[in-house]
Amino acid sequence: MSAAVSLDRVSCVFGTGPQAVRAVDGVDLEVGAGEFFTLLGPSGSGKTTVLRMIGGFTLPTAGRICIGGQDVSLQPPYARPVNTVFQDYALFPHMSVRDNVAYPLMVRKVARAQRESRADELLALVQLPGVGDRRPAQLSGGQRQRVALARALVGQPQLLLLDEPLGALDLKLREQMQSELKALQRRLGITFIFITHDQHEALSMSDRIGVFNKGRLEQVATPQQVYNAPATRFVAQFVGAANVLEGEVAQRLTGRAAAMLRPERITLGGEAQARARGNVSEVQYFGSFTRLRVDLGDTHLQADLPAGTAAPQAGQSVHLHWDDGALHALQST
Amino acid sequence: MNTLALPAPRLSLRRQASNLLYRRRGLLLLALLGPVLLWFGVVYLGSLFALLANAFFRLDDFTGQVVREVGVGNFVALLEPANLDSAWRTIVMAVVVTLACTVLAFPLAYYMARRARGTQKALLYIAVMLPLWSSYLVRLYAWKLLLAKEGAISWVATKLHLQWLLDLVLTTPAVGGPSLSFSTLGTFIVFVYMWLPFMVLPIMASIERIPASTLEASADLGALPATTFRNVILPLAMPGVAAGSIFTFSLTLGDYIIPQVIGDSTLFIGQIVYRQQGVAGNLPFAAAFSLVPIVVIAAYLWFAKKRGAFDAL
Repeated sequence: MSAAVSLDRVSCVFGTGPQAVRAVDGVDLEVGAGEFFTLLGPSGSGKTTVLRMIGGFTLPTAGRICIGGQDVSLQPPYARPVNTVFQDYALFPHMSVRDNVAYPLMVRKVARAQRESRADELLALVQLPGVGDRRPAQLSGGQRQRVALARALVGQPQLLLLDEPLGALDLKLREQMQSELKALQRRLGITFIFITHDQHEALSMSDRIGVFNKGRLEQVATPQQVYNAPATRFVAQFVGAANVLEGEVAQRLTGRAAAMLRPERITLGGEAQARARGNVSEVQYFGSFTRLRVDLGDTHLQADLPAGTAAPQAGQSVHLHWDDGALHALQST
Repeated sequence: MNTLALPAPRLSLRRQASNLLYRRRGLLLLALLGPVLLWFGVVYLGSLFALLANAFFRLDDFTGQVVREVGVGNFVALLEPANLDSAWRTIVMAVVVTLACTVLAFPLAYYMARRARGTQKALLYIAVMLPLWSSYLVRLYAWKLLLAKEGAISWVATKLHLQWLLDLVLTTPAVGGPSLSFSTLGTFIVFVYMWLPFMVLPIMASIERIPASTLEASADLGALPATTFRNVILPLAMPGVAAGSIFTFSLTLGDYIIPQVIGDSTLFIGQIVYRQQGVAGNLPFAAAFSLVPIVVIAAYLWFAKKRGAFDAL
């Protein structure tokens, strides 16, 4: 796997003196050609700054950024072989949709007839045929999103950056765009670097995920690894629901210094061989599962029961079971 | 459980009035817009129509009285070479002043809108607005002193051994004169100075409204800064330029004090209107002449709209 993008100890500091904010702190990262790579993290974790540094909108304070083997660390955006889909779409309001999509070709002085037919092709690719003559303001949010995508793809970049592109869409549309984006990425074979704070989006779309926290990369791994074997306590709790056990409690329940146990790996059962016993203090119904909060006296655990199993009432006493394989040891922090 | 008993609301007069306004939105609208519409509709539009009507009357040369007979004599008189020449000179001056204001204002407005922050922005604001805090006449006579033959500009030119350059400019036909304060160039300089704030502020407002991501997107898609300026910034700032140019253009067309104090002895539209209605008492002809700027502005707005200056609104 050759590297489409590589970051070598990249840092970015905003401001100076005591007010300086270390938005990105010594990030090393390699993204392979044709990979769907997701930067996942809470807001303010530095993921957007990393994307902006790859796009050239923010320059790194230290470190080296290479795209396709070329050092682009200090190059302006227009010199970089990469295009971006912006969070607010950033369409040009004074141009028609067709002129928006054809903009990169217009900049490269492609003849009008040629660039317009190419723009129409791209609009068909993102399933928006026939809107070329409209203004962006006349489109819905989902349609603008597709126009922004078409405009970023028209110049045939090898690398596409997507800054929370689905954040402003409602749930149904977002799910549809997720699968469409993934399919498009496979078909075109372009490297995607995708930003989201939505763990479900990250898990369902990515080849690999980089989890950000406080300007640092906590883990870079496949969705399965991130979910099943989180490297840190932060990753365990940020991606999916997790019971994180530490100290004495962890020793008693799991025999480890610190461990993570996913709620869906806990089952209810009889007294025999039960791992723990407690009182249900809260029952939350989610449709496809029911989440229990079980009080163990010195701690509490979340347990998810799949739909179809009888859920206990709050106040009821229950016995909790799990396999050893459900436990994942964490570095104690 | 203790509940706090709210006292039943008393239907005071105030409350009744606000309830009424809440139920009848039209009433509120009328109360808010009524006075200003009355002002604009009756006082402003009324006088405009009175002016228009006056333009069709004529002055009896013998008695000096306005004769209320409808005729187009005033408009025929407008076409006399001397009057046409004044109108033309005024329009050319207004166009050149507007262009100069645009070119000077744009970089400043851009910097204020996109780069300046905090104190620096406040200081720039004050710098732009400061001239408007003092009287127009004070500033005008200050310029008279600056531009005079023994004035500051001439003095600096002499000290820098650039007197020859000043002389060269002053001997240029059409713009020169005995000194800067008696030249068309001087009139131009003062016009540009006076109207510059009216160009800076609208352009700044329109540039502030351009989202930063739009400019980043343009660069991201391969556009060099100059290309971004031409294709994104300028079109999106155009409503501001158009608004500013309406100010600078119409203010120049209508002004009669600046060319009176600074410039050669040729007349501008405003001066002719002033003299006709004042000294000569020929109100009908003054009214006819004051229609010239109105027509020119209307034509300008139509042209600007046709060229798409307001598309980004």
